[in-house]
Amino acid sequence: MIGLIAKKIGMSRMFINGNAVAVTILESEPAVVTQIKTKENDGYNAIQVGFVDTKETRITKAQLGHLKKSGSSPKKYLKEFKVSDISGFKLGDKIEMDIFNVGDEIDVVGTSKGKGFAGAMKRHNFAGGPDGHGSMFNRRVGSIGNREWPGRVIKGKKMPGHLGNERVTIKNLKIAYIDKEKNIIAVTGAVPGSRGSYVTLLRKKEKLS
Amino acid sequence: MDKLRLFEQEQINQKEVPNLRPGDTVNVHIKITEGKRERIQVFSGIVISRRGSGINKTFTVRKESYGVGVEKIFPLYSPSIEKIEIVSRGVVRRAKLYYLRERRGKSARIKKKIT
Repeated sequence: MIGLIAKKIGMSRMFINGNAVAVTILESEPAVVTQIKTKENDGYNAIQVGFVDTKETRITKAQLGHLKKSGSSPKKYLKEFKVSDISGFKLGDKIEMDIFNVGDEIDVVGTSKGKGFAGAMKRHNFAGGPDGHGSMFNRRVGSIGNREWPGRVIKGKKMPGHLGNERVTIKNLKIAYIDKEKNIIAVTGAVPGSRGSYVTLLRKKEKLS
Repeated sequence: MDKLRLFEQEQINQKEVPNLRPGDTVNVHIKITEGKRERIQVFSGIVISRRGSGINKTFTVRKESYGVGVEKIFPLYSPSIEKIEIVSRGVVRRAKLYYLRERRGKSARIKKKIT
């Protein structure tokens, strides 16, 4: 399933059918097909794309040589999309935003904002304790298990720890706006990550019946 | 940020809006959909505040209805606003006219600008 790579610009508002809808503005320059992986050669079918132009001196000679095979300009990042049918792709092809139309439902994959070491209230929406009456149990986790049985803390127990900075998929966002000239695309709702981070837009997965 | 502003500008340009100022007496024509039917309702009062920027800009209109103060906040660029008529401009010395909320009758009037 081929997708589109886009940079998060920020959030704004659009009026759709008279309703104000929150939208995320994304910038997407065409990605170039840099390698086609085949079942015979690599064991699976996939399309590798390069995106974000960079200086020739910023990448290694090995990377440059790899990109040269497809006639691509120096690219900062490479990414692979597994596809079942590779017949429609050629080296050097551009993956542009016209793979989507306004109104399409998509899934957006990105890396969420890192929150550092977070307590159980922020990380797992625990209720915490009372704030007043000398409680001294304000934001604590509470009991994490019993004594004799099971005599240990159960694996996967929700506790404080690192929050965010992980791969997140947001499902069923709609494409609200496409401007191919300005390379701007808008999707309804929020998208993981900070401004300037890269996200992948994928066509919504078909439900298995 | 530039591309964001570009996007907002394009959304804004789809609609022409008058230059509203606090103290203006306005008639706001709102589209109201009831089932399939659409009708226009007029809300008239004094603009007491403008806030936000770009496409998020809103304005507040206050009026007194049967002795009860009514305020409505409209998104300036909302397509459900059919048109905004400016009845008269007012002479005011601040950007937010929230002091009108504490006043009734004669003292709640605003001096009209003579143009």
